[in-house]
Amino acid sequence: MAHTATIVDESMANPWGGGVEPMKVSYGKLMMWFFLLSDTFSFSALLITYGLIRYSHPAFEGAFADFSFSQEYWPIPEMVFEAVPFLHGLHAPLVFVGIMTFILILSSVTMVLAVEAGHRMDRKGVEKWMIWTIVGGLAFLGCQAWEWSHFIHGADLSNNVASNLLQGASLTANQYGPSNFAALFFFITGFHGFHVFSGVLINFIIFYQAVVGVFDRRGHYEMVEKVGLYWHFVDLVWVFVFTFFYLV
Amino acid sequence: MEHHTSEIEVQVIPEDKAKTKKILKVAIILGILTAIEFVIAFTISGGLFKTTIFILMTLVKAYYIVSEFMHLGHERKSLIWSIILPTMFIFFFIFIMIYQGAAIFELLY
Repeated sequence: MAHTATIVDESMANPWGGGVEPMKVSYGKLMMWFFLLSDTFSFSALLITYGLIRYSHPAFEGAFADFSFSQEYWPIPEMVFEAVPFLHGLHAPLVFVGIMTFILILSSVTMVLAVEAGHRMDRKGVEKWMIWTIVGGLAFLGCQAWEWSHFIHGADLSNNVASNLLQGASLTANQYGPSNFAALFFFITGFHGFHVFSGVLINFIIFYQAVVGVFDRRGHYEMVEKVGLYWHFVDLVWVFVFTFFYLV
Repeated sequence: MEHHTSEIEVQVIPEDKAKTKKILKVAIILGILTAIEFVIAFTISGGLFKTTIFILMTLVKAYYIVSEFMHLGHERKSLIWSIILPTMFIFFFIFIMIYQGAAIFELLY
């Protein structure tokens, strides 16, 4: 027993400082962190690939107002993503993506509140905030489905210059710009959307377990923290996708 | 089973208002930053300056999400560094790949 006590005492002064838990996080949380680190590399590889391919294409050089879609140069993103559901024909650049960003940030906030309620063993609180997080995730997925559908079916050709005969987008060609533009759109937002989708499923499983009292019996709500980490990461990735795909 | 569940007595700790306030504060900061990005997208014309502002604001947002929402800022130093240091490689990766992209452009056009 004396031996154990020494280890614990040493740990407090030690930079690793966790006693029986290295770095003072549980096994599950530590592994979630390392998984997220590896996922960071996957997503940064995708976004850097976007940078590489964009840099290897000519940029549009004329005045902003004269911009028209062409396969000859990379499109200006805010000219591509400018539609809003139910408001057909309205030129509202980035408004819809902005709404999607706010939805995801809000669902991240409700997730923090769920984790906070979990710390206090407050099952009612966890249930309430988890369900809001799930609703936020589903709303985001719905928005993305609409955006994809709009991107694939294409914008009004009347706003388009006559030299461009394509409408909509596929993996081989698209009306907006070089074929890689659409391919990267599908790949990057699709990979992120799949993360959101699996996040919603995992959130639902944890919500269900909270409702049936699994965590009350276990004595702690650490699972909520772990899925919380994943969910915040999905939000974090979107912050980067929003900047590098839509704004820059 | 249902009966069994309800028998477990759980002590709910009352809400700490200061904590909730802090969460909401971070949320408002994130919201305002996104709103400012939005305004900048339409007021400043494109170029290196605009891109730099966007990247800096994105990094600030990332800092708040990782440090407060993901609670990394309140973990042990060793954990913070074992997450932050490997991501440093990404900066090098960005540099070489953008450089490579420019080289491909030179070849093609």
